[in-house]
Amino acid sequence: MSDSAAHPREDDPDADPASDRADADDPGTADPTGEENRPDGETPTAVSTGAESVVAALEAAGAETAFGVQGGAIMPVYDALYGSSIHHLTMAHEQGAAHAADAYGVVSGEPGLCLATSGPGATNLVTGIADADMDSDAMLALTGQVPTEFVGNDAFQETDTVGVTRPITKHNYFAGDADSVGDVVGEAFELSRVGRPGPTLVDLPKDVTLDDTEESPGPAEAPAGTDPNPRAREDAVAAAARAIEEADRPLCLFGGGVIKGEASDAARKFARTHEIPVTTTMPGIGSFPEDDELSLSWAGMHGTGYANMAITHTDCLIAVGTRFDDRLTGGIDTFAPEAEVVHVDIDPAEISKNVYADYPLVGDAGTVLEQLLDAIVEEPDADEWREQCQEWKETYPMTYATPDDEPLKPQFVVEAFDEATDDDTIVTTGVGQHQMWASQFWTYTEPRTWVSSHGLGTMGYGVPAAIGARVAADAMGDTDRDVVCFDGDGSFLMTMQELSVAVREDLDVTFAVLNNEYIGMVRQWQDAFFEGRHMASDYNWMPEFDKLAEAFGALGIRVDGYDEVAPAVEEALEYDGPAVIDFHVDPEENVLPMVPSGGANGRFALTEDQL
Amino acid sequence: MSGEEAAGMPGPAPDERPQPEGRRNLEGHRIDPVVEAEHDSRRAVISALVEDEPGVLARVSGLVSRRQFNIESLTVGPTTVEGHSRITMVVEETDPGIDQIEKQMAKLKPVISVGEVSGSAVTSELVLLKVHGEEPDKVHAVSEMYDGQTLDAGPETITVQLTGDESKIDDAIDAFDQFGIIEIARTGQTALARGNIPTAPGEKPGTAGEPTTPNTQ
Repeated sequence: MSDSAAHPREDDPDADPASDRADADDPGTADPTGEENRPDGETPTAVSTGAESVVAALEAAGAETAFGVQGGAIMPVYDALYGSSIHHLTMAHEQGAAHAADAYGVVSGEPGLCLATSGPGATNLVTGIADADMDSDAMLALTGQVPTEFVGNDAFQETDTVGVTRPITKHNYFAGDADSVGDVVGEAFELSRVGRPGPTLVDLPKDVTLDDTEESPGPAEAPAGTDPNPRAREDAVAAAARAIEEADRPLCLFGGGVIKGEASDAARKFARTHEIPVTTTMPGIGSFPEDDELSLSWAGMHGTGYANMAITHTDCLIAVGTRFDDRLTGGIDTFAPEAEVVHVDIDPAEISKNVYADYPLVGDAGTVLEQLLDAIVEEPDADEWREQCQEWKETYPMTYATPDDEPLKPQFVVEAFDEATDDDTIVTTGVGQHQMWASQFWTYTEPRTWVSSHGLGTMGYGVPAAIGARVAADAMGDTDRDVVCFDGDGSFLMTMQELSVAVREDLDVTFAVLNNEYIGMVRQWQDAFFEGRHMASDYNWMPEFDKLAEAFGALGIRVDGYDEVAPAVEEALEYDGPAVIDFHVDPEENVLPMVPSGGANGRFALTEDQL
Repeated sequence: MSGEEAAGMPGPAPDERPQPEGRRNLEGHRIDPVVEAEHDSRRAVISALVEDEPGVLARVSGLVSRRQFNIESLTVGPTTVEGHSRITMVVEETDPGIDQIEKQMAKLKPVISVGEVSGSAVTSELVLLKVHGEEPDKVHAVSEMYDGQTLDAGPETITVQLTGDESKIDDAIDAFDQFGIIEIARTGQTALARGNIPTAPGEKPGTAGEPTTPNTQ
């Protein structure tokens, strides 16, 4: 949406919001950290327009990076970004901007920031905002809007952005005037990260951003009452502790909230101190090291057999920061059917929403885990249970066959990358079979290294997410960390235009396309549940991704056989810039184990004919 | 696919594994004598004190529709505190459903406080009824029986206003039915808690109660 010459979005070409900058009027509240980055040396809180107030608020709130696409109604904000300390990356498509901002937030722990113009710019953000909402990722979206007097008149590039995004944001705002717009933006930024994180949006009518104002934004503050008490009630903690002490088969279930709440250390300490086996949800991958003896890896539809056995047979499930998504629970009737549930969550609305919580503990994951740790006096007597869990690991190993007469197995590619990279490597994925293999056959040990689209299941998330992850790692000074994007052929094709950004910015990312010439998860379901009718799932019309990569200016490699894998992985990882490897893998390979939708976790299928 | 040749992972087949006896019901409760509770739905009046900002009604109604809550009526109006409105909803839900409505509404930023109004609350509804005007005396008599007010009377139609709790309104509508109800408009129930109990639990006394004094916080 940036090609304003061919498709003009500018509806007020005479405006020049930067022409009348005011001097500092309140140096006492200036943020000294941003000062040296201002080319004209003025204090960052001195503003003369609504747009400058927006940017001053973002700087004051600590925003360092923005992803976006220019356009008519957002031009004043972009103009105010000129010379700002905020590093802006133009993306090829607004969806890419939203996913990049989301992933930036996942890796950095700070809210991501994305910008788009009104109308199509805003609607293109919608998928990314919905994705962040489903995964409780902190993100602020700023959208341009037609001038206030045109709102409601179906003006050029007008969309009711606040209306469209209302159900997929934590809260959204329509900026009313230039004097308050900075404070609104600061509040929205803070609100996205307090309590249960989530995306917020501020819609910025062009007259508001162009208008004169001398009101510098105050310190960014979340609205009153939105930053919850981190501690759970002591009596509730004590009751939960007694239940854990008395359990014979206790099991931890760590969700994405453990990572978002920076509670991975507390979670590790809790499980190891009391020697309680651990399974995670998919968003919880990395909260507990998968190479730890207590780890059973992740549970759910394509989780490990041993995790699903454990979650089926536990008598006390200590669930932290999870919303009991149906992909985790399978049929609710057979989910942990004999377990008392201790549910720790910062959002009281998640308590007993899907699974009844016998012991609800509302609070911050890390704080409540510390409370629980202290409250447990007697260790649960769970030697037999721990042995049983180890036995299940041996009974249901995560393996795959590599027969000579079959094409390259995708799992082999994932393992090859895992072996060739360090533990702090960041993995991003699209959505589909490749995502499952990337999560199953890579051993995750650190939080914020697994960056994926879980709740919304957005194909195309992987490429822009890798860009956001790379930028975040670089901003944190971790330029040596590897970023590997596993993608499917169908998923890659949805957002691969963002490769142009990776090339432009010279971002060191390796894109591993597990190309099976199918929209593979659909093909797998068609074989299992639709008698093999491959309706619209056959993707044998894919371009040659290695050549396409070269056309973008990236390194392109094609791999067909096992002996080519290691050299290609090494070449791509050593290449200083974006590299794409088009792995032509076995089109018939299925993701296993699998709990059929709504089925019992304990009855996971190990072969296709068990489905 | 033949069973023996199918690719896959090792381990006992689903039927060969131990399965626990227990089950959960659809609300996620373990089904055993201690916690078993198959909930019936019931009517509940939910009252919320909200900031009167643009879109607040859309946020509440959007929440109700998105989460498929069964709602009978929703009323909204200003309080004596400038910038605060009260939303009253009548819902038909199970206890966990009512719990979810309250918790999800509490997450909306403009919602100041929200909760179920206890059963002994004062509830009332206003109804406008338009009936055929052939028998004005009889209409008038029925109207008097229910403390109604005649707002408009013409040769062909008579429009009556009724207020009261749900059972009174239902009875009145039955009684007016004999004249042929042409049109009806109902506001839905609105409610306040009795005595000193706050209407929305957690609602601080006085937040809506300072008579005619604007909120100067």
